[in-house]
Amino acid sequence: MNAGRTVTAVALGLGVAVLTGIGANALARASEPLVVSITIHYSHFEPARITVPAGRPVTFVITNGDPIDHEWIVGDAASQRRHRTGTEPSHGERPTEISIPAGTERRTTVTFAATGSQLFTCHLPGHERYGMVGTITVN
Amino acid sequence: MRQRRLGRFGLGLSTAVLGLFLAVTPTLACGGLIGPNGAVNLLRTSTFAGYHDGVEHYVTSFEFAGGGGAFGSITPLPAVPTSVEKGGDWTLQRLVRETSPVAERVSLDFAASAPAASGAEELMKVKIDALDLTVLKGGAADIGAWATAHGFRLPPDAPEVLDFYAARSQIFLAAAFDADAAGARGQAVGDGTPIHITMPTDNPWVPLRILALGKNAGEVVQADVYLLTDRAPALLPAPTGSNGIRLDHSARATESLLADLQSDRGMAWIPSSGWLTKVAVDGTAGQLGYDLAIDASGAGRPSAIDAGFTMPGAVIPVTSVDFSRILLALTFVGIGLVGLGLMAKARPSAGRPIGW
Repeated sequence: MNAGRTVTAVALGLGVAVLTGIGANALARASEPLVVSITIHYSHFEPARITVPAGRPVTFVITNGDPIDHEWIVGDAASQRRHRTGTEPSHGERPTEISIPAGTERRTTVTFAATGSQLFTCHLPGHERYGMVGTITVN
Repeated sequence: MRQRRLGRFGLGLSTAVLGLFLAVTPTLACGGLIGPNGAVNLLRTSTFAGYHDGVEHYVTSFEFAGGGGAFGSITPLPAVPTSVEKGGDWTLQRLVRETSPVAERVSLDFAASAPAASGAEELMKVKIDALDLTVLKGGAADIGAWATAHGFRLPPDAPEVLDFYAARSQIFLAAAFDADAAGARGQAVGDGTPIHITMPTDNPWVPLRILALGKNAGEVVQADVYLLTDRAPALLPAPTGSNGIRLDHSARATESLLADLQSDRGMAWIPSSGWLTKVAVDGTAGQLGYDLAIDASGAGRPSAIDAGFTMPGAVIPVTSVDFSRILLALTFVGIGLVGLGLMAKARPSAGRPIGW
């Protein structure tokens, strides 16, 4: 009788430990950045449509394969409007505003707290009109 | 021995224009304008490509309509020039007069100013008036690096356009013009600085796609291209008018024209006879996805590679032969023939009355 209870207790303990481990691992993975690669080729983002989870850090690896400089500015429509007439010569201080010189790679990590849609754009002269625009959907 | 780059390319030269319109220095990354005041305007461009004895003589210039600051251009070349010098002052005007009875003002001018840099190999540097000309050798990335190092910014379509040219020839002519310096020299709006580039090539060639650089697909591009060849040239694409280029003149060059051209600076090479062709570029930027390939040899076979319709080394897809289908078809044909033979054998001979 006692032996049976002991076995049950041990089994329960092991079960709790396993579940705790799985949960902890899941939590740890959820806090690890998700890596998303973006390539710039012929002044276009590839891919131009990206979906990421809300609340989880996302590391964007942006590779500029063009022989000219580009930018990657993330934000809503109002933010994009501001940058359209902005005068900052380069970006890099904010994780959502990156300058990517010709032939280089830049990494930035962003956590989108709220669900919804964001735009990413290159605001160098003529680039947005040429098609350097993408969308990030946050679920 | 003349240096020939991409001999298959044929030739030559460059064209018409100037192309890449490097934009001005201030690097306003965040939506800044290309130029300090956006007031540099290029009007209709004119180019002369003469070809004789395996050498292309390219004379170009374009109208500068005013504005300040520095700007520049890049012209793809099919071969390394043997010389880049100031062109004759009136060659282009004389050609206009020859092909346009009603005199129309044509002009010329460039602009630019530039430092030195990295990326591309600088094969030659020449200063002509307010123009700094540099012959560059390199791929798209090299040219981009060179432009950046010189404070210029290429438009967003430049990567694709530079690749389009670099796949065939990695020689470019960068021109930098300082409009302020030109003004200080007393150059007025409408004044021009013609340049004369000499290049040995197998056939002349005129880059047209570069004219659309930095323009929206619907923007109109206008330019006049004059060709002087020993005989009537074959062109690709054919200037139909509906494809953005039009044939405005094609006739044996008059003696007076040749004599006048010969008298201009650096034009002693003009032959005693030749064929004058004028191709007018008058289309949208979206139409100009090609260059003008020219066959001046009389063979009538302008190069599809020169025209940009085919890239060097491109594999032309060949439809594989499906022998099983051929065999099947032959089987049916055979059965049909055998059937016809049997029918003919079983059929009463012709002329024999039925019922006999």
